[in-house]
Amino acid sequence: MQLPPHINPPAPKRTAASGRAPVYALVGNPNCGKSTLFNALTGLKQKVGNYPGVTVEKKVGTAYSQHGQPLTVIDLPGAYSLAARSPDEAVTRDVLLGRRSDTAQPDRILCIVDATNLERNLYLVHQVLDLGRPVIVVLNMMDLAAEAGMAVFPDKLAQDLGVPVIPCEAVRGKGLIELRLAMSRPDLALSKHAWDIPGAIAPAVAEIQASLVANDAKSPLIARAESLLLLTDQDSVRVAGSTPLSPRTAEILAGWQKRWSAEGMDWAGTLVSSRYDAIGRIAAEVVQPGTVNQGPSPSDRIDAVVTHPFWGWVSLGAVMCLIFVSIFTLAEYPMNWIDGHMASLSDWVKDSMAPGDLRDLITDGAISGVGGVVIFLPQILILFFFIGLLESTGYMARAAFIMDRLMSRVGLNGKSFIPLLSSYACAIPGIMATRTIEDAKDRLVTILVAPLMSCSARLPVYLLMIAALVPNERVPLATKVGIMFLMYFLGTFAAFGFAWLFKRTLLKGEPPMMIMELPPYRLPGLKDVALQMLERAWIFLRRAGTVILGISIVLWFLSAYPKAPEGATPSEQLSGSFAGMAGHALEPAIKPLGFDWQIGIGLISSFAAREVFVSTMGVVFNAEADDGDTAPLREALLKARWPNGRVLFTPLACFGLMIFYVFAMQCVSTIAIVKRETNGWKWPLFQTAYMTGTAWVLALLVYQVGSALGF
Amino acid sequence: MSVTNLSTLQPGARARVKDIPKSGTTFVRLREMGLLTGTVVTFVRAAPMGDPLEFKLRGYLLSVRRDEARQIEVELLADGAA
Repeated sequence: MQLPPHINPPAPKRTAASGRAPVYALVGNPNCGKSTLFNALTGLKQKVGNYPGVTVEKKVGTAYSQHGQPLTVIDLPGAYSLAARSPDEAVTRDVLLGRRSDTAQPDRILCIVDATNLERNLYLVHQVLDLGRPVIVVLNMMDLAAEAGMAVFPDKLAQDLGVPVIPCEAVRGKGLIELRLAMSRPDLALSKHAWDIPGAIAPAVAEIQASLVANDAKSPLIARAESLLLLTDQDSVRVAGSTPLSPRTAEILAGWQKRWSAEGMDWAGTLVSSRYDAIGRIAAEVVQPGTVNQGPSPSDRIDAVVTHPFWGWVSLGAVMCLIFVSIFTLAEYPMNWIDGHMASLSDWVKDSMAPGDLRDLITDGAISGVGGVVIFLPQILILFFFIGLLESTGYMARAAFIMDRLMSRVGLNGKSFIPLLSSYACAIPGIMATRTIEDAKDRLVTILVAPLMSCSARLPVYLLMIAALVPNERVPLATKVGIMFLMYFLGTFAAFGFAWLFKRTLLKGEPPMMIMELPPYRLPGLKDVALQMLERAWIFLRRAGTVILGISIVLWFLSAYPKAPEGATPSEQLSGSFAGMAGHALEPAIKPLGFDWQIGIGLISSFAAREVFVSTMGVVFNAEADDGDTAPLREALLKARWPNGRVLFTPLACFGLMIFYVFAMQCVSTIAIVKRETNGWKWPLFQTAYMTGTAWVLALLVYQVGSALGF
Repeated sequence: MSVTNLSTLQPGARARVKDIPKSGTTFVRLREMGLLTGTVVTFVRAAPMGDPLEFKLRGYLLSVRRDEARQIEVELLADGAA
């Protein structure tokens, strides 16, 4: 049965009539060059935010028509189908269907497709055409199609679909002028493409469509598109902000599904197949596959090495080593530079202001507090850069492919690997990189365990404690390295253990799905990578920066008030301050772990950033530990005593303290980012509680069992 | 023509999909990615640890876990068959 083509209802005239510039939505499969095109169209005129209620990035930019008229372009998340399988795809679906109250339904749709992979890309286009909006198809990667020996005929595609088709090479900016011209056309025809809905399904489509019009206030065309979607995806992914179906429509839908299930009919499969039948006919006319070039492509040859049973591991290891060596060597220069400038800024303030509380607030509170976190920015930037590089070259999918088996043992999939690995440097980029994980529960589990990976801010604490634990110079270096390795191992082991636990209890999900495209290798668009890196870094600075400024000021206040009498040492000032009182108040809770109130102050101040523990200990015990030389501080720590004369930093206490730092959630920046990524306080609070609780229990075990054993 | 499932192919082997489970979001998505009854699939390789599996279909590469591949019935094609 043939449904009437889309021309039946009068085509709504947009733009010119209303006087408002049309709003375009940009949609396409992942890996088809969508962000490159978006960047090329809008330049730096982009606004990046979030869709309210979901952690899906909302990107809106302004493009200019050939006549200089501004056009709004919404870059929707990459999707293979409008039958959503992830929060990202659900947002794309909901915006296109006009289901989101926060985003008006776009007037026109730009559909970008990869010319080298036309059939699968056309599936989404085919669904989009159903929406009854004017569509422009951008046929990207024409150069790569030519290289592969394929002949692609854009005019034929335009004729078949009845919409403008613009051949394009987004990376080189080719075809942009033609695209801008098409976008500025005041009137775009609606697609005349009609396809055969299987006879058995057509009555259901009609009935659901009628109900959507009557009960859900949808326009007839949107209602038809939506009823087709409802019959494919069964609406499995609902995200915050999308309007639910009316009960009547849901009832009709359920009725059909029940009837078909009883008949053993595969309705979703039938619908998908009939779309692919229509697409297959189009593709056969539009693309002539290469006949000459049938040998392995460059991508195939790279994959033969990169996913090889032996060389695959070697190359994965090499890539990871490269990233970590870069982070720890390259980042050192800008970190020293930031450190130096923060210090001179602080000195300058000290010179130019009269001594007093305000000066101390600025230097010791704001500058040193924010500086202590901004110092990690170079590492975070480098990580974001590499993550962007891995994504845009196509290697990210290979890393996930190789690691999937291992990650599946704890119920996650390969896509959690890079976020967890990044967390060795800093949990913040790691947590922000979890956005590539489609499954909402897998993503949440990865976020929850990521901060257990020992980040670089823990390193100074480990180093100080190892120095205090094995002060003897004759202890072989291997012992110290061994202890350090043990800490990293414990964190990693715990991350996987908790992931396993959460996937089995709290966040039990459907059996894991790992359908992943392995895109062809492409040269990275450095401009796109850089842009993405800066966007993410800006999010970190803005979100974490404001929280950290506040926390730094609070921490400064706590350690500066109440004022000690004139002539008191910094140590006396601190012990008499609110922070000192808090340390004392905390002592009953941490005494069983072998920590006194002075260590308690360190634990509290670590919330600004874990490495602040070292400088706090410097103040508490009146020892300067400058330029990475921990010797004076180590001596001071070893002299520290409990009031009854017992040694404070016994090997057991040092070891317990390290264990505590492995597990405890002590980083305000991470908490701020988790709150942002999970949309609320529930998960960051849960995370802080479970991590710090584990830390407390394990440090207690270490100290009590160790003491009982006579260490 | 021997009938088997997608998880048993040798690297480089080509097969035509005969049957794919009806229900389950995974299989609907596999269909949407172009893996339909009648589609010709080439097995490229298994990941270093044996899972997931990499297939070529409709000119692109797709990774599917062994558990899903096992449920997809295929008929093996002789080399050179269309």
